[in-house]
Amino acid sequence: MPNKTFFWFFLPTGLAMILFIGLPIISTGIQSFYAQHDQVVKEVKKCDPFGCTVSIVVDNEETSKIREEKPLGKFNGFGTYTDRNHLAVEEIKKFWNETESFGAFVDQVTNLPFYKALIFTLTYCLFVTPNVLLLGFIIALSLNAIARKIRGPLIFGTILPMIVTPLVGSLVLFWMIDSQGIIGANIQNLMNDPYLSLKSSKTLTWITIIIYGIWHHSPFAFVVFYAALQTVPQEPIEAAIIDGASRFQRIKHIVLPHIYPVVTFVALISLMDNFRVFEPIIGFSAEGSAQSLSWLIYDNLVNEEVILFGSAAATSMMTIIGIAILLAPVLIRTWKEFKTAR
Amino acid sequence: MRKILVTLLFLLFGTSAFADCNIKSGSINILANDFPALRTFVETSKQCKGSADFKVTHSSEHNKIAVPALTANPSEFSARIAANSSIVPLMNQDLIRPLDDLVKKYGKGIQDSQLITIDGKVMAVAFMANTQHLYYREDVLKDLGIAIPKTYEEVVAASEKIRASGKMQYPYAAAYKAGWNLAEEFVNMFIGHGGEFFKSGSAEPNINNAKGVATLNMLKKLSELSNPDYLTHDSEAIKVEWESGNVALMTLWASRSGTLLDDEGDPNITKATKLTGPATVGGGNIPAATLWWDGFTLAKNRSDADAEATFRSLAHAASNKKMVADAADQAVWLVEGFVPGPKSIGVIEAVKMGAKPYPMLPQMGLMHGALGSEIVEFLQGKESAEQALKDVEAAYISKAKEQGFL
Repeated sequence: MPNKTFFWFFLPTGLAMILFIGLPIISTGIQSFYAQHDQVVKEVKKCDPFGCTVSIVVDNEETSKIREEKPLGKFNGFGTYTDRNHLAVEEIKKFWNETESFGAFVDQVTNLPFYKALIFTLTYCLFVTPNVLLLGFIIALSLNAIARKIRGPLIFGTILPMIVTPLVGSLVLFWMIDSQGIIGANIQNLMNDPYLSLKSSKTLTWITIIIYGIWHHSPFAFVVFYAALQTVPQEPIEAAIIDGASRFQRIKHIVLPHIYPVVTFVALISLMDNFRVFEPIIGFSAEGSAQSLSWLIYDNLVNEEVILFGSAAATSMMTIIGIAILLAPVLIRTWKEFKTAR
Repeated sequence: MRKILVTLLFLLFGTSAFADCNIKSGSINILANDFPALRTFVETSKQCKGSADFKVTHSSEHNKIAVPALTANPSEFSARIAANSSIVPLMNQDLIRPLDDLVKKYGKGIQDSQLITIDGKVMAVAFMANTQHLYYREDVLKDLGIAIPKTYEEVVAASEKIRASGKMQYPYAAAYKAGWNLAEEFVNMFIGHGGEFFKSGSAEPNINNAKGVATLNMLKKLSELSNPDYLTHDSEAIKVEWESGNVALMTLWASRSGTLLDDEGDPNITKATKLTGPATVGGGNIPAATLWWDGFTLAKNRSDADAEATFRSLAHAASNKKMVADAADQAVWLVEGFVPGPKSIGVIEAVKMGAKPYPMLPQMGLMHGALGSEIVEFLQGKESAEQALKDVEAAYISKAKEQGFL
């Protein structure tokens, strides 16, 4: 396609992307450098049905004057990024100087909200992404080998987990693993431990969410791999069969190299999706044991009665940076291949 | 025949159309939490909408919608049914209007005690009171010869006895869901220990002390007597546990007693479900509970005509003797003419015992949020009480700095 044609084709999409993705990111970035003005409070008498007390309220007249002058808030630079609820630079320095062993230091750091969430997010990515790729590939291969007649219904059944809304999917599983649910009760019987609860243990909650993640994301990998498998040429495979190659060897040396670009694509998309893990935490009511970066943003925006825009913006920016770092190796590799191909 | 019908219709409208309800224009849109008493309240005010447009949104997610919806100009809602805690963010952002003029003009039936005044201005009109108090199973306690617990220490002892008897594995329940609910339990218990959340006259936190540690230890003892999934249980979940007969002692909102004592569910459990006041803790004399009011506020960013229409229809409900008589078992109404029934024991006892209202401070929401996430690890046994309280204070301080309170 000539560059000019490409430009005109891309223009509407590009404009929409700038408008709905680019500009909001820039605005979020700017927001993350600002904090609220110092609150002007005053002591007043408050009366309610239970009696009167003297306590403080925000002085709205004064506050609105300051707000009009500087609507964005107080410039805070990287203050929000480095505070305890985010990168916690000072706290980490303090822990480093105060703790005696490296283990104690790690314990202290992983107790900070941002690092706690980062560790869960990374663990989730690390376990879910490869398993999704593997499971998706195995399902695609198996389905590809099945008689055409029953393939349709089977494919539909396989992509069901993706069709089910994440929140609904996780809620269904949440009720099943309840200590009185079908899975929870059976595990208790199996382990002979009436106090066992999948929801109360941190490790078990993490495992549940990871398994749910694999279950939910595998169909996506499967669909893409299945489509890619249809393009694998038959001649080299037949030749390999004549040469006596086993099924495993054929997959390793012919099928995989052929669909390799698709694998990269699926890996990229899954990584991005998994880094933003959010719905299962809400669905499983797992806020106590598992927090992700996306959940932190949500928490700052809605869980408090006071909305923390600066905090949420800073976490958002760091999530974007996190995704960029995760994707960098794959992107660089693709870029290099693209260059050599030309 | 037709004449009779017309006359009948006239009679019908003639009786229901109060002089005060002659609202000619304006539009009314209400945001409210979702529980039976509030539905009754809003329904009652709808009878008085006159020819105004009337809309309502009942949602348990009301806290998340309120500030953004009222910030818009014109605001999405003309009124918000708020409580002690949820009025604070609206005040902080200057999103609600003073009601003095409207009260003078249209609030004839509203009692003075219903008015929430801040700095001399009426900011809300309360119509019901709420608190968290104890519920117990009379049959279970009687069988084991346990007296009705008055303190949380007695609750623990009674629960241990019930567990030892083999009747129930997890005899105690309270809404310990990580987040808002869990933090609310901490707030109650801390106040029961006589704690103050902030150093006097400032926004500096003041919970990392002996009272805070005692509070956490009591919460932990109680959690060990609850279903191991307690960190995922909100008020609705423990209500279900109760109705399944798994629980004999429970701390729950008074406003939920109606649904516990209705005809649905096992009649034997319903019959044995009894209410009592909130418990005290640690030898204190004020109950480990907070008093709450629910009342209506009017959005600032809405036309005066809409505010007037909204106020008139809501004031109709907030002074409606018929409503409080018909729905006497749904809530503890603050409206004139309310005769407390057996379901209001909890709140009335709490007031008698001198329970404190939930602290209506601008920075309290940040403290509540920090508590909800930072004390979880202590309850899971991964952290000491002192460390958890230190974490709460540190998380609160960062947020309060960002928000300009420190």
